[in-house]
Amino acid sequence: MLTILFDGIAYGMLLFVLAVGLSVTMGLMNFINLAHGAFAMTGGYVTVLLMQRMDVPFLLCLPAAFISTAVLGVIFERTLYRHMYHRSHLDQVLFSIGLTFMSVASMTYAMSSSQQIIQLPEWLKGRTEIGEGTWVLGMGHYRIFLIVICALLAWGLQAILTHSRFGSRLRASVDDQRVAAGLGINVNGIFMITFAAGSGLAGLGGALGIEVLGLDPSFPLKYLIYFLIVVAVGGTSSITGPLFAALLLGIADVAGKYYIPQMGAFIVYTLMIVILLWRPHGLFERKGGK
Amino acid sequence: MESASLSLQAHSRWKHLETVFWLFALLSPWLLAKHALIINEIVIVALFALSLDLILGYTGIVSLGHAAFFGFGAYSAALFAIHVMPDPLLGLLFGAGISLLLGALCSVLILRGSDLTRLMVTLAVALILKELSNKLSWLTGGTDGLQGVMMGPVLGKFDFDIRGITAAWYSLAVTFLLFLLIRRLVHSPFGATLTAIRDNRLRAMAIGIPVSTRIAVIYSISAAIAGAAGALLAQTSSFASPDVFAFDRSADILLILVIGGTGWLYGGIIGAIVFKLLQDVISSITPEYWTFWIGAFLIALVIVGRERFLYPWKWFAKR
Amino acid sequence: MNTTDQEIVLSAQGLVKRFGGITATGNVSLSLCKGARHALIGPNGAGKTTLINLLTGVLQPTEGSIFLNGQDITRLPPHQRVHRGMVRTFQINQLFDTLTPLQTLALTLSQHYRHGMRWWKALGNNHRINERCEELLEQFHLAEVMNQQTRHLAYGKRRLLEIAIALACEPRVLLLDEPVAGVPAGEREELLATVTALPEEVSVLLIEHDMDLVFNFAKCMTVLVNGTVLTEGDPDAIAKNEQVKAVYLGTEAAHG
Repeated sequence: MLTILFDGIAYGMLLFVLAVGLSVTMGLMNFINLAHGAFAMTGGYVTVLLMQRMDVPFLLCLPAAFISTAVLGVIFERTLYRHMYHRSHLDQVLFSIGLTFMSVASMTYAMSSSQQIIQLPEWLKGRTEIGEGTWVLGMGHYRIFLIVICALLAWGLQAILTHSRFGSRLRASVDDQRVAAGLGINVNGIFMITFAAGSGLAGLGGALGIEVLGLDPSFPLKYLIYFLIVVAVGGTSSITGPLFAALLLGIADVAGKYYIPQMGAFIVYTLMIVILLWRPHGLFERKGGK
Repeated sequence: MESASLSLQAHSRWKHLETVFWLFALLSPWLLAKHALIINEIVIVALFALSLDLILGYTGIVSLGHAAFFGFGAYSAALFAIHVMPDPLLGLLFGAGISLLLGALCSVLILRGSDLTRLMVTLAVALILKELSNKLSWLTGGTDGLQGVMMGPVLGKFDFDIRGITAAWYSLAVTFLLFLLIRRLVHSPFGATLTAIRDNRLRAMAIGIPVSTRIAVIYSISAAIAGAAGALLAQTSSFASPDVFAFDRSADILLILVIGGTGWLYGGIIGAIVFKLLQDVISSITPEYWTFWIGAFLIALVIVGRERFLYPWKWFAKR
Repeated sequence: MNTTDQEIVLSAQGLVKRFGGITATGNVSLSLCKGARHALIGPNGAGKTTLINLLTGVLQPTEGSIFLNGQDITRLPPHQRVHRGMVRTFQINQLFDTLTPLQTLALTLSQHYRHGMRWWKALGNNHRINERCEELLEQFHLAEVMNQQTRHLAYGKRRLLEIAIALACEPRVLLLDEPVAGVPAGEREELLATVTALPEEVSVLLIEHDMDLVFNFAKCMTVLVNGTVLTEGDPDAIAKNEQVKAVYLGTEAAHG
């Protein structure tokens, strides 16, 4: 049982890294970006290519995945996305679905539609068990690694948002763009950096997730609903909201699939609908907000 | 001054072009007998798009999971034919009725929250149903779906033939009747209140329109029509599989509607014709990368602007 | 007449509205008699529009209750308050952009006559509604633009339509939120005439910055400052009130 909880936490942490960028861009620009998963997929494929073709060690691939998708994010933000900020939600949905479809088809063309596998370094394989009987806790080493990395990232993001100058500007822009611009904050620049960082994190998540989630060209569509759940349930006003939502989702999904495998992903979807019925603006939306 | 009555009813009067269009459409299975199968497909997709237009075009509600109702209608009609009786019309009514109920249930979900929550919830409902159709194999045949559903003759007289001519007639007739109903509906006071809700929900409330109830009603109606389209598909293809709930289908139908333009009834129909013909052509050239072109098209459409894309002369207009 | 004058149609008791930590409305009580001509004044940000939003149900009060014709309507949704005869206009135009003025009025009237669920007959099929539409279009000088989409209309016309919509609902209690703001001089007189010509039994609550208009129109005034009632009384008393002068002079000096 503890093992399931542990796996759930690892899974949830991974979902958090994947989705946090989406949450921030959605909160900041009120932009519904359904193509977020495409950036994650790109990060995954960058890692696969580097490891398979160039024998780059796994740990070096992670920053590479982050940087390459962040750069890609900047390019897309500057050329395409920024025209979409003030469009209707329908336009945004159509646009980002289009982008997703193109990325799926291009990846299929470039990399074939098969599942990609990577060789993890030896020290990340294997597992450690603690305790006995029903309370045994089996921890895959890779999952420990995931939790540590993602916890560090979450902590770092929180620190940046609450303590740095950039963080306070970002929060001001999220609260009210016009006022922020009036205060001399370069909202455009903040958008761009945030979008890049968000895409980069997604790419990093995609790289980290190859071992856990798998990687094939349908990735952006397969996990789209999970990203959206994290954002919708967690709200867009903080880092902690999406974090808790991601953990909840991870644990519920792993536990659900373990205990009632015949129900599949059914439990997660139902849980989400119930939560959104109860709190339509997510679990963690600030009271008295807009 | 023109009289109010004349101006108000100008929209609801039949135009010659419309009459010509429908005459041609209703005769098409006979004129183009060779293409009866694709005509049938187009008609079903057009009806499905029409149902989405009611909520997206007329009421302004974005949905990413309209395939939920389409698929639900398809399975209901197929199961009805297998377990109850093979009469197509009763099966169609059953499929539409069941989808109506599902729509009424789901409307509770879309009344609250933001556009984002609505997208999520509609998407999730379709995914849940897909999951269910996969898992409840004793009822739905699992991933294989329900195959070889035997249908009785339409009205007890017209058997479904292998060339699909009866099927095309049947789908066309049903779609035409439903179109007439929808056409009445959107030009009525009820339809006008929907447009009011789309344009300005706050003001709609301030003139006494019960916004939530209206949305629930139109959402259920739209679900029933989508269900009817699904039922037609299951009946004319003797087949229903979990694929009817797929995300692609919801996204495609959104695209189809947008190609033809939202909020004027013929958008879905034109979109369906263009989309299906394009799909036919492009798939025969590069079958695997059809989605790539769809994606490129969507992006171009949005960047250029949906209005200008449909009416190229607006490029040069002042506004 | 005197006895009906005393009949209270709308009353708010102890209304409080907080947004997060900010109190937008603090313990406001207000009552409108039948046929009242009541003005609500106060400097910008005094919470006048918030109060209207509370009364009409766009916002839910944190505390307090609202009664319309003696019935508690605090928890009623906005459209049901309209059904009970309380109608408002908006400070910022809230119109149906893709509809024409004619369609807008026809739809408002058919909703008002409870035809909103009729779907088998076309809009414009009802003689009574069509005639009333023509009357309203004539009265508000909208006849010549009745078939243009509302979003293409000039601001003045849009403003007139804003008021016409409210009157189409045949209100018994009418809340006017700065009705003449931004209306060109020519049409302004017409608008004022319409408002003054309202049936005597209609109770009107007017928010307005234009003091000439307010003092011409109102028989009773409430001054709102920082979300609370500063004072209430007839126009003469208000005009003489030192506190009110201070508030207005103070803000004007600040704008200065």
